[in-house]
Amino acid sequence: MSRVLGSAPAPLLRRIMLQGKYEALTMLRNGEQLILAIVLPLLALVGLTVTPLLDGLGGSRVDVAVPGILALCAMSTAFTGQGISTGFDRRYGVLRFLSTTPLGRTGLIAGKILAVLAVLALQVIVVAAVAFVLGWQPTTAGWLPALALLVLGAAAFTALGLLVAGTVRPEATLAITNLLWILLGALGGIVLPAERLPGGAREMVHFLPSGALGEALRDAFLEGTFNAGAALILLLWTALAGTAAIRWFKWN
Amino acid sequence: MLRVVSGVSLTAERGQVTALLGANGAGKTTTIECAQGLQRRSGGTVSLLGQDPDTAGASLRSRVGVMLQDGGLPPSARPIPLLKHIAGMYREPWPVDKLIERLGIDTFSRTTVRRLSGGQRQRLALAAALAGNPEVLFLDEPSAGLDPQSRQLVFQLISELRDAGMGIVLTTHLMDDAQRLADYVYIIDAGRNVAEGTVAQLLQRNVPADAAQEHVRTLLFEARPGLDFTGVLPPAVEVSETRAGSYSVTGALVPEDLAALTAWWAAQGIMPGSMSLEARSLEDVFLDISGREIR
Repeated sequence: MSRVLGSAPAPLLRRIMLQGKYEALTMLRNGEQLILAIVLPLLALVGLTVTPLLDGLGGSRVDVAVPGILALCAMSTAFTGQGISTGFDRRYGVLRFLSTTPLGRTGLIAGKILAVLAVLALQVIVVAAVAFVLGWQPTTAGWLPALALLVLGAAAFTALGLLVAGTVRPEATLAITNLLWILLGALGGIVLPAERLPGGAREMVHFLPSGALGEALRDAFLEGTFNAGAALILLLWTALAGTAAIRWFKWN
Repeated sequence: MLRVVSGVSLTAERGQVTALLGANGAGKTTTIECAQGLQRRSGGTVSLLGQDPDTAGASLRSRVGVMLQDGGLPPSARPIPLLKHIAGMYREPWPVDKLIERLGIDTFSRTTVRRLSGGQRQRLALAAALAGNPEVLFLDEPSAGLDPQSRQLVFQLISELRDAGMGIVLTTHLMDDAQRLADYVYIIDAGRNVAEGTVAQLLQRNVPADAAQEHVRTLLFEARPGLDFTGVLPPAVEVSETRAGSYSVTGALVPEDLAALTAWWAAQGIMPGSMSLEARSLEDVFLDISGREIR
């Protein structure tokens, strides 16, 4: 038996694309993740258009609801879904094994971000399609700022998800990310605008990633404007959680 | 700072199997994980293919294969897509279909990792470690959970890879693994290496003068590969071909056993290239060195 041993790594971009594709497909094949990513946001969308919760906010029910639902999608995928899968991958040594391949730690993180963006793109398409059927009429000028803000929001939530997944046990990650999804989803200013929340929450939610993203997307799709203040808040969360994750993430 | 390993110094060569032998908790895994760059070391130096694994990049990682003790495979994955995915990280991977065939993965290719048996999972983890056709292969407890058939398959492959020039470093707490596979053994105890040498050299160490007459003995000899010993020796005597052409005969050997064996050689026209009779096993050596108390 005689042959040449050793291989060069595949190009960096190809490794990241492969990992992104693999993780995105894994997410989409997982039943619970699919419920969280697609089914629950669609149920919330329909719920908000048939109830008067969003009446009197300067737009049709569906027009006010859709931006918040898109923000909810970003939180589902980047924070809860990605956090849980990373937590369990860490438990099973998957992160450690992949970090010994040419992919490495940086490629692994890049692949995860790519997977989040791919699933988020799919969510946007599905939600928008259903929303159009329900009569959604977004401001055309709002698309560009909205998509940019959605990516920024996904970055903030990904960093937060990685921070949780990398520091506590996967069971705790499961509990924390699901609980926060429900709490922030209901009271975080994400689907229900701040003015519809109880007094205490009303002022605070502007500083949460959920409230900032929900508000910024509503401003984009309803008014066609870019909410720089909310963008700054999202940027701060990304930097803060990202730094903390780099500092405290435990690979095993 | 916790010092798990302090005072381990070892070298592994290409074309050799180097074994780190030690009890659970001796520091074997910590040692090889520092060598792989998986654990940050607080001191000391590591040179892997001439580079420091802590700072080296993808070009070093692609030349090194790693099989972790806990497998590191995603539970929901199926073997073939997983191997294809990992192979995609390399420019010239080991062809996945050949790898699958070689390790018998086709028999469970539709099963998710979660549902695989221990032996199947180990074989898949080995295939994953070999996906890049590495120059250096790290195996952390490769025989854990292996049934006899898988063990045979895995050991045979390891021997072939060694012969092809791969540098293989494995950890084990099983003397038999080391005895069957290793060209060179380091005995690790409490974070230090306490003895090293070829299996034969280690067996020669401090042979106690009072080794009892009926004590288990091991006869090692080299002859042509593939000999069939069926019926030559009593069933209680364990015979194994540790690698092609190297035989190990272990048991409470009596003079009649030696006579039967040599008579059989004469009848077959076999003249061993070398032979030695040891009153001790590697296990005895190990226990002498690291103590017999349970820790």
